[in-house]
Amino acid sequence: MTDPLRPSDHADGDGEEITQPRLGAVGWLRWGWRQLTSMRTALVLLLLLAIAAVPGSLVPQRTADPNGVTQYFTDNPDLAPVLDKLSLFDVYSSPWFSAIYLLLFISLIGCVLPRTKHHWKALRSQPPRTPARLSRLDDHRERSFSVEGDADAAAAAAVESAAAQLRKSGYRVARYDGRGTFSVSAERGYLRETGNLVFHAALVGVLVAVGVGGGFTYTGQRVLVEGQAFANSLLDYSSFNPGRFVGGDTLTPYSITLDKFDVSYVPPGQPGSGQAGDFIAHVTTQAPGQDAQDGEVRVNHPLDVQGDRVYLLGNGYAPTVTIRDADGKEVFHDSIAFLPQDANMTSLGVIKVADGLPQQLGLLGFFYPTMDVLDSGALTSTYGGLEYPTLTLRVYEGDLGIDDGTPRSVYTLDPSKMTQIAGGDSGTPALQLMPGQTEDLPNGLGTITFENEAPAGATGYEQSVKRFASLSIHRDLAGPWVLGFALLALFGLLAALFVPRRRMWVKATPKGDTVLVEYAGLARGEDPTLASAVDQLADKHGAVVPSTHPDTGKVD
Amino acid sequence: MTGTDPLLLDEISLLLVWTAVTIYVLAFIAYAIDLARRSDLALKAKDEVVARELVTAGGGGVTSASAGSSASAPAPSKPRYLWARLGTVLTALGFVFHLVATVLRGIAAERVPWSNMYEFAMTGLLLIIAVYLAVLTRYDLRFLGSLMTGLAVLLLGGATLAFHVDVVPLADPLKSVWLVVHVFVASLATALFALAFGLSVVQLIQTRRERKLVDAPVDAEPKRSFLRTVPNAEALESLAYRFAIVGFIFWTFTLIAGSIWANDAWGRFWGFDTKEVWTFVIWVLYAGYIHARATRGWRGTRSAWLSIIGFTAVLFNFTIVNVFFKGLHAYSGLTT
Ligand code: HEM
Repeated sequence: MTDPLRPSDHADGDGEEITQPRLGAVGWLRWGWRQLTSMRTALVLLLLLAIAAVPGSLVPQRTADPNGVTQYFTDNPDLAPVLDKLSLFDVYSSPWFSAIYLLLFISLIGCVLPRTKHHWKALRSQPPRTPARLSRLDDHRERSFSVEGDADAAAAAAVESAAAQLRKSGYRVARYDGRGTFSVSAERGYLRETGNLVFHAALVGVLVAVGVGGGFTYTGQRVLVEGQAFANSLLDYSSFNPGRFVGGDTLTPYSITLDKFDVSYVPPGQPGSGQAGDFIAHVTTQAPGQDAQDGEVRVNHPLDVQGDRVYLLGNGYAPTVTIRDADGKEVFHDSIAFLPQDANMTSLGVIKVADGLPQQLGLLGFFYPTMDVLDSGALTSTYGGLEYPTLTLRVYEGDLGIDDGTPRSVYTLDPSKMTQIAGGDSGTPALQLMPGQTEDLPNGLGTITFENEAPAGATGYEQSVKRFASLSIHRDLAGPWVLGFALLALFGLLAALFVPRRRMWVKATPKGDTVLVEYAGLARGEDPTLASAVDQLADKHGAVVPSTHPDTGKVD
Repeated sequence: MTGTDPLLLDEISLLLVWTAVTIYVLAFIAYAIDLARRSDLALKAKDEVVARELVTAGGGGVTSASAGSSASAPAPSKPRYLWARLGTVLTALGFVFHLVATVLRGIAAERVPWSNMYEFAMTGLLLIIAVYLAVLTRYDLRFLGSLMTGLAVLLLGGATLAFHVDVVPLADPLKSVWLVVHVFVASLATALFALAFGLSVVQLIQTRRERKLVDAPVDAEPKRSFLRTVPNAEALESLAYRFAIVGFIFWTFTLIAGSIWANDAWGRFWGFDTKEVWTFVIWVLYAGYIHARATRGWRGTRSAWLSIIGFTAVLFNFTIVNVFFKGLHAYSGLTT
């Protein structure tokens, strides 16, 4: 038997049912194992997997959309905790989802291992004996030719030439002569089963690569304002997500400086006007003991640095602000990244002055690169480029709440222990500045300047405000492995689905001074082209064989 | 491209799309008439014989080529279905307009015409019709014509009404060779799944008829049905399977190419983003379908249902998921 091994409930199987055992524990175990590795179980698990994956697209997931989850909790305070209990915000790491795919993969391994062993043997065995009555097969042709002289020799030669022909077209052949007949048995398409096994094994490879490789992966985020640099060390990241097997000392030392960030906007009046694109972060990278190198980080084109990949996550404006106290002494000077809130880059940022003033100062700022006033009197930005940059600031005085060591996001201001002294209901209008302008702070606290960063002699506002880029740095050891296994699976699949597996037989029976030649084929699995393959074999062989001279029955 | 106004080109393209839709409507009508007329064709006599044979065979399983002509082997005196021919000619004509419209859209946009919902629909359906027409040269599947042209009318017309947007420059994440490869191959897979879907639907109907035929009394008046002129359920099933596995290969490739792209664009190759989830679900469903074909008790009707469910998921992924689900793949081009 060289048929590929199949679970017993395979459509081509022997029909043997997995009956319940009467034996003891071993019998039950064996029974359970056969259930698990049956086609039906695999099928049901596959369908379950498909169904189980769906909820993750209906409910926001913590990994893909953490803000969505927070929002969901706010919007559905009653439902959300229940869903959370059911792991519906972490579907793909939930116990039930994991159970399904783990069972599926156990089933898969249990199915593939014995098949591999069986196939390994089949690869070394001979094609099976020629059936006694080929005419019983669906795809059967015959022809006869007459010979002068030794009919046996002519029949043998005819079969020999058929064997040569089959061998040439990739069949493995074996001769079976006897009882007055000469025949060749041929089989091809072992690659079909090989492909199937490679495919299933490669799926295990993908899973293992994702699972194990993920442990060696890290990602870190960092916001860089033009001109700033950062070193690849834990201290310098604003957030860092290491895999299980990553220690802080495994980071490759290098530094990245953001020299300049470019973006272009579709000008007004053109289709898609205001749309931003062609983002490029121009950076300089420096590894110890090496020359500094220029590089670009673009969307779709991460930059490779020392085996890490640097991605462009986001960008925005970073207005530079200087604050002086009542005596004119500088107490704050920095470029602060403002987070974009809409497509026209209305941006929100927070300035915190912890020292140097009588009380701590918090400023909540809105930045409009191209400011316009709505009918309601509210300000808005109408274009992402720097056409009419305006910064407005609400000012709070009091306790920033950062002294007790509680971690606070640099992007939010907690005004609960502060008094608003400008903007809102404070009685003093919010501050409003354009690049280069200076205003007095309320209550005679001092002054604030929105610095114009444009080089001397520049006209217009184009370069007046610095930009920032938010970069994401990844080390991914799993990726190449996953890709490798996925491609292996694809090639395996191609072979498994399209290589025809079939047997062919050619039998010659001498009868007096004629020789009857029979051709027959048998498909193993889906094989829509079998009939024409038998025709082709018969025609090609027939073209050389009907000869009365056995020694000319050669195939060239 | 100096001198040509993209807006004007797109307007011409739009006009051609509507012309194509109109022609597809006519093709649909022709195919529908064909189906109706096939029942009247003089096959009654033959059918009675078939029915009798089936019954005398002891009510056993319907064997191949008994309840209808086989898909590949032409029946001895092949009837000339004039309306079906007309349907095919019209479909081909509609296809030409559709093709030119799509190419013009691409020229207007100066990029591949498949980067927002409207364009996905345009190119996707172009491929569905192209694959259908190409397959016609090998198999007589004109009984699927009304389904295919119906699909084209509904989806292309619907997408043009609901999703048409002016040509705008591509968003940065879409500027990638993977847009060209990934989306094109996905559309091609969709086209093949669509054909498999159509065949599975007809297979289910055919199976019902075959069952009835076996049960019917010998002298019962055979029911008028186009199904008599359609391959038997088994032939339909194996043909559906053949399209589905080619589609599955393309879908597997789509999945891999998408991951490579995601890794370049978003810094991770897989993140269970909504669109990724659905691509995965579809892949698993079709893997299930392929398994079902090889599982005893699942061949035939059950696996046909899986093929139908699989294609429903494909359509769902394209329409509902693109428009209503939140995710990174926000490329419908529709601003909310
Ligand atoms: C992750 C889970 C699985 C996936 C995605 C999967 C997918 C596939 C695909 C696409 C095929 C068609 C390719 C071919 O015919 O060689 C196939 C075939 C096959 N699979 Fe799986 N499979 C999975 C698990 C399993 C398990 C658990 C078993 C064992 C019970 C199994 C047994 C088989 C067999 C026997 C075939 C050959 C069917 C035939 O004769 O045509 N598979 N599988």
